[in-house]
Amino acid sequence: MKHNQGKKKPHKFGMVIDLDKCTGCGSCMVACMSENNVSFRKDESDKQKSITWMKVFKLTNGKQFPDTEICYLPRPCMHCEGDHGHSPCVSVCPATATDYDHSTGIVSQIYTRCFGCRYCMAACPYHARYFNWWDPVWPEGMKESLNPNVSPRMRGVVEKCSFCFHRYQLAMEKLYLEGRDELREDEYQTACTQACPAGAITFGDLNNTKHAVYQLAQPDNKHGGKPKNPNAFRILERLGTNPKVYYFSSRKWVRNAADNDIKNTKDA
Amino acid sequence: MKIDRRSFLALVGGGAVGTALSPLSIKLMDDISIWSQTFRGLPIEVPVPPEGAASYHPSVCTLCPGGCGISVRKIDDRAVKIEGGADYPVNNGGICALGLSGLQLLYGPWRVEKPRKKENGAWKTISWDQALAEIAGKLETLRKNGKAHTIAGIARTDAGTVPALLKRFLTACGSQQFFTMPAIDASFQMAIEKMRGKAAAMGFDFENSSFVLSLSSGLLDGWGSPVRMIAAHSQWRNTGARLVQVEPRLSNTAAKADQWIAINPGTEATLALGLAHIIVRDGLYDRAVAQNSASFEDMQALLKSDYTPAKVAKATGIGEPAIEELAKNFAMAANPVAVCGRGSGREPAALNEVMAVLALNALVGSINRRGGLYTSSPLDYINWEEPVLDDIAARGLEKSAIGSLHTMVETVNKAADSPIQALFVAEANPAYTLHDEKTVKSAFDKIPLVVSLSSYQDETAALADYVLPLQNYLERYQDVPVTGGLKTPVVGLAQPVNNARKDSLHPGDVILQLAGKMEGTVAGAFKWRDYKDCLKATFGDDWRTISEKGYLRKSPFGASMDTERLSSRIDFGPLVNGRGKVPEIDGNKNNYPLTLVGYDSMRIAAEWIGTPPFSVKTVSDNVIKDSDVFVDINPATAGTYGFKAGQYAVLETPVGKARVRINLSDGIIPGIVAMPKGMGHTAYDGYIAKKGVNTNALIGPMEDAASGLDTAWGIGAQLKHV
Repeated sequence: MKHNQGKKKPHKFGMVIDLDKCTGCGSCMVACMSENNVSFRKDESDKQKSITWMKVFKLTNGKQFPDTEICYLPRPCMHCEGDHGHSPCVSVCPATATDYDHSTGIVSQIYTRCFGCRYCMAACPYHARYFNWWDPVWPEGMKESLNPNVSPRMRGVVEKCSFCFHRYQLAMEKLYLEGRDELREDEYQTACTQACPAGAITFGDLNNTKHAVYQLAQPDNKHGGKPKNPNAFRILERLGTNPKVYYFSSRKWVRNAADNDIKNTKDA
Repeated sequence: MKIDRRSFLALVGGGAVGTALSPLSIKLMDDISIWSQTFRGLPIEVPVPPEGAASYHPSVCTLCPGGCGISVRKIDDRAVKIEGGADYPVNNGGICALGLSGLQLLYGPWRVEKPRKKENGAWKTISWDQALAEIAGKLETLRKNGKAHTIAGIARTDAGTVPALLKRFLTACGSQQFFTMPAIDASFQMAIEKMRGKAAAMGFDFENSSFVLSLSSGLLDGWGSPVRMIAAHSQWRNTGARLVQVEPRLSNTAAKADQWIAINPGTEATLALGLAHIIVRDGLYDRAVAQNSASFEDMQALLKSDYTPAKVAKATGIGEPAIEELAKNFAMAANPVAVCGRGSGREPAALNEVMAVLALNALVGSINRRGGLYTSSPLDYINWEEPVLDDIAARGLEKSAIGSLHTMVETVNKAADSPIQALFVAEANPAYTLHDEKTVKSAFDKIPLVVSLSSYQDETAALADYVLPLQNYLERYQDVPVTGGLKTPVVGLAQPVNNARKDSLHPGDVILQLAGKMEGTVAGAFKWRDYKDCLKATFGDDWRTISEKGYLRKSPFGASMDTERLSSRIDFGPLVNGRGKVPEIDGNKNNYPLTLVGYDSMRIAAEWIGTPPFSVKTVSDNVIKDSDVFVDINPATAGTYGFKAGQYAVLETPVGKARVRINLSDGIIPGIVAMPKGMGHTAYDGYIAKKGVNTNALIGPMEDAASGLDTAWGIGAQLKHV
């Protein structure tokens, strides 16, 4: 099989987000926009059309004053593994514009292949994909701040979080030049992880038992990556999308809300 | 020819086969796809950012008083990303949304490009030489006519060399009218001076606290040095420290707290004294502190008479059992600390409120103790020689200072002939950030010469007679003193990471060059070649350290401070004299039954700078939708006044009125209308402006008699149907 070639065990990059620490400040969102040349418009208040690869959601426990509680939940692309790489979006893409990379576990998005059918957006249960409804226009002078490591997207294509894949490429180039074998944990970190003032985001290789993400989530890789840590969970776990973004919360209502069905979810 | 069934089928079938074989379908499909891709015009050519050598440059962010270290990634000459400065003592690698958006301020179209002058209401571009010569000429005329004391200046703060240069310039001209934007640091310093005899900055050792009692302080909504506070919160999650948030609204801080206690707004001081009552009554206070402090008996008497749990419960709206429990938990904690300063804690607080919080900390022995409140003298590194004054300056300086900014606005508005004839505004935006913005605008209109030193075309620049374009914070050197609630004050050094724009100058150089154009002693007061020369000379031997490390940090204490219990002593007298009373908000209850409060958010810049587009993008659609702002009200309040979610309403206060939309929130005490601060810019352009309403257009100043500071945090309001 193609993805079992090579001697080394493949990487499986993933994230653990500690919702007890996340304060909803929005740094991760902006760090992502700035790193990945995300376009912006004068009015961004139509959230269905506003492109935010990383988006912080606000959850409430639905109780009345003064028993209301709020929890913030940052949502990047989940880079679902599904069943052996059959992510919901990858399965439906007629153009192979999005693909599951078995050597990194990253779901790619190739803008020049995408023809904008948006099947993937319909298939994604996490609303992590965004369509370019407009030409990306930077105000006078602002093209100066574009990052050359990420190509800006054109009108009519879908885009999404790439786990800052260009940072992986840069790290691998360095590794190759220095003749080393193994990527250190701190050599490849996403922009949101790096920026988070709360240190709520941890990023690393879920296949590497030494990495913090593995120790925090304790994924049961034999059983679809289900977390063994009782306070860790994934969103819509029951769909079997096998996402690589784990969350952590000490509050039960938050964990229950992740299955998106508070009324019918039995207490764990 | 007869059309029978067979020939009909043959015709239809043949036609279908023929059409399928012809290129028609392909051609049509092609046309449809071309049409669908171009119906809004041909797509533009998407920019390809040029490649180049990558490098990282350290500096310090000055967009808020937090003073975080940053590291700017550059590709050749282009700055492409701002990241948090790793190992910087304030933020240790983290960075906030505003700091991350800094490049949009650097490269955005809202920069002031060239010096401008307003002539008959229209802007005209002029040269630096002309601008400075004209301004200098007007100042000379004022000085010659005995009006030296009417020359005024506004800076954001009084810390650092740039405000010091402005102040020195005014002194050399002969004026005491140096104003700073209202800040909580003034309240903190004054409270410490009253109760401990010597002015000092207030710092908090949050990292080592075990119980944090926050009285409406948005510790995670921009309070103090925001990134440091968020990191401290994460540390509390690891150490098990408890955060109790007392606040009328379920802010982000309240959402992250272990306990949220909803309180009637404006009664925080009452609660602090109510807790003190219980602590003293039950003997839970620190005996050593009580023995070493002055007026402890008077304090006891005041607490006993005015701040019984029953009275406090009635005022604050918190149940007696909850108050009792809170007092005990606070007093019994190993390292408790109480903190005040509403929201982002930038605006001054009532003196009695700060003193009440200081007293509460003192009673549990948390002053200058691990995890507690620290008093520290601000870093004092500017030791310039006094300027030599001529007769005009000496006479001008005999005239007294107006004092605070809101008094100045009021005085100018009332006077027939403005007592301020020339006003310099250095990187502040009073026309947007002061309460009751329309009075600020009318005052500025009455001042014959307003000079705005600004990088951006903000509201104040729009009102000015001259706008002088400044280098952006990423293009220049500057010392950045940070107090912002840090236990140990830090001075950072901002360094140019980008080439300065043509035709922009450093604010320090503007003052030096302007002085150079004046005569005699004014020019003579500035002996430095340029600003960098001045900065180097100011730091002297420390310049090497600060330019290599990027910051200076001096602990104001010896190592044995934690054990020195005497340092906790305090004089309760001033608090007892004021009986803990704080000013009441404007608006009579019959006409204005509700209370409007502004709230702070990490995603919206509410101070002198506009919120850059990236940050605007993170703002929720139930805060801003199209150009409308949402106000949060409790569903019960909505029921009383007959409002539904999303409905339009007119929000009216004694100061102004505005069209808003209703957002129902269970996270707010009934009777309150909460509105985000930092929206409603009129300057800049559509990326930043024309979104919502400025809270300062609806809230007027509220002078705290005890301190003379404007401590407005809200105002009486009513919601009317459209």
